[in-house]
Amino acid sequence: MSQREWIAGKKTPLLPITRLWYRNVEFCEDQIFMVADAQELQQPGWLVRSREGDRLVLRAGGVWVVAKIAELDQLVAEFDGNVSSSSVQIDLSDVSQLDTSGAMLFYRMTKAFKRHGAQVEYTGISEFHQPLLLLVEAAERERHNVELLPENSFVLMVERIGKSVFEAFAEGTALLNFFGMTIVKLLQVFKSPRKLRFVSLVHQIEQTGLNAVPIVALLSFLIGLVLAYQGADQLRQFGAEIFTVNLLAVSVLREIGVLLTAIMVAGRSGSAFTAQIGTMKVNEEVDAMQTLGLDPIEVLVLPRVNALLITLPLLAFIADLSGLLGGAVMSLSSLDLNIAQFMQQLEEAVSLKNFVVGMVKAPVFAFLIAMVGCYEGLRVSGSAESVGRMTTKSVVEAIFLVIVADAVFSIVFAVLGI
Amino acid sequence: MIDDAVIRVAGLRTQFGSQVIHEGLDLNVCRGEVLGVVGGSGTGKSVLLRTILGLIKPAGGRVEVLGADALSVSDAAHEAMSIRCGVLFQDGALFSSLTVAENIEVPMREHFHLAQPLMNELAAMKIGMVGLPPEAGTKFPSELSGGMRKRAGLARALSLDPEILFLDEPTAGLDPIGAAAFDKLIRDLQQSLGLSVFIVTHDLDTLIAICDRIAVLVDNKVRVGTLEEHLRDPHPWIQSYFHGPRARAAFDSSAIKASV
Repeated sequence: MSQREWIAGKKTPLLPITRLWYRNVEFCEDQIFMVADAQELQQPGWLVRSREGDRLVLRAGGVWVVAKIAELDQLVAEFDGNVSSSSVQIDLSDVSQLDTSGAMLFYRMTKAFKRHGAQVEYTGISEFHQPLLLLVEAAERERHNVELLPENSFVLMVERIGKSVFEAFAEGTALLNFFGMTIVKLLQVFKSPRKLRFVSLVHQIEQTGLNAVPIVALLSFLIGLVLAYQGADQLRQFGAEIFTVNLLAVSVLREIGVLLTAIMVAGRSGSAFTAQIGTMKVNEEVDAMQTLGLDPIEVLVLPRVNALLITLPLLAFIADLSGLLGGAVMSLSSLDLNIAQFMQQLEEAVSLKNFVVGMVKAPVFAFLIAMVGCYEGLRVSGSAESVGRMTTKSVVEAIFLVIVADAVFSIVFAVLGI
Repeated sequence: MIDDAVIRVAGLRTQFGSQVIHEGLDLNVCRGEVLGVVGGSGTGKSVLLRTILGLIKPAGGRVEVLGADALSVSDAAHEAMSIRCGVLFQDGALFSSLTVAENIEVPMREHFHLAQPLMNELAAMKIGMVGLPPEAGTKFPSELSGGMRKRAGLARALSLDPEILFLDEPTAGLDPIGAAAFDKLIRDLQQSLGLSVFIVTHDLDTLIAICDRIAVLVDNKVRVGTLEEHLRDPHPWIQSYFHGPRARAAFDSSAIKASV
């Protein structure tokens, strides 16, 4: 018997699995037969009812598979519940194909009849379909035995709110705890400098500091350019172009240089911290570390915190310089100034105080970014997906905290009159 | 007699760079059989599985799945093929952002446009079929144990009643009781649903318990045969595999089970 004859259905196949009609037939060599077959099989199964005395007889036939399940579902739905007979016979002898989805519909129908007190009897089940029906019956019985309580959406909402409030508190406490722990470990470094982990520290300085110089310098340069241009444009209306230099110098040195750097470092290094530590967490490397007697805070967190404490002020300094440079380039080209005049105006506009006020914030921002990055990294659990989620979270939280801290600084400086 | 093979691999050659994994590999999987694929680490068991599934393009040879060329099929034919093949990856490979029930509904949603209540019902049935408790449907994969994740993965693989089931190390990482239960589940489902099963495994107990034939990957090729045939094979790797201490233990335990 060739495959051709077999597919054409001249002999019942060993198993009811001639499902080549699923989509198109282009991949099959036996196209002619397939098309004939396809038309026959495109029809979903059918269900015919008749009566023999008090007995309701349902004859099912055709194809009862998942591809036709939507039509079959409607067919079966008609029989849900509206039965007056005390006994029902379901005849499956004309069913050519059956899979678990079709079997589920038969089970559902049976359940409905039984609920109305009818006796249900199956006839004409082929030997290929028998195990399938039994399997589905077993699976479904298990499900119907367990009554899942319907969930009230209001209760669910209250539960969710309560849960997230408690989670927020727990997270705040945990973050504070982590801050404290890290500070304690940081102080211990003074007692035993070996804990500084010099190699790791230098590596982190390279990663977070040296490698970030080009991007930080370029962006600050561009911001300086934009700032000077906008300033000159507005101040020209009052004939006060010269004060563009004051505007530029004060805003870059006090705010923009350090804030821009902090935001870039949060996006660049804070996220990297979370991703690195999080991946190690997923790989159980952090657990392995602890069993080997290494302290994850000391090995993973301290070098990163220390590195940022060193590099962020340096990067902020570079940002200050290139921001001023960008402003200078724009001032020289759009205002009628030469270098000497620009430098003189700059000297009059700013004092060391402006610079120091900016730089003082840098270590604080560095600490916040490193802390949040490492903390979220250590909170990664289980899947790779949580690494991504925590990384996003860490960047958002770090930038949020940096801006909040900046606002706090502004208020404090204002109160102190600096 | 008809040649009733659901998977035909002929003259397969796969290589990564200069490293040849398979060379002239021939393998047929017959309809309704359970074929176990074994081999040492790095012999390309998973590569073979991925090649048959079309995830890796081989350097040469033919791969036919259900009569269709698996290597050069059009998108539509590939989709048709994917409906008829179910795959269970090693750790389930469930979509972590979806619940178990939603995972099972993914192929239904993609290939057939069904009403949500009907899909829920089908998903609940599949969950029962693989022996998960009904409440598992609303859980996320990260809330399940390894064994439950595998069962959920199996339910997703069986979502559209495939004809061929591919399993990648189904019992790896399960405790012996869980592994034996999973073996039995696969065997039961295979018999009830009339599946052809392709199992990549290291587990000798699985091989003995449920495989009709065993394909051993050695020297870049496969040697296919029943367990008895492999026991007589003089190839040194096959000898040490089937006559090693762990193999003896597995045979002993299956003999004990048979005699009880």
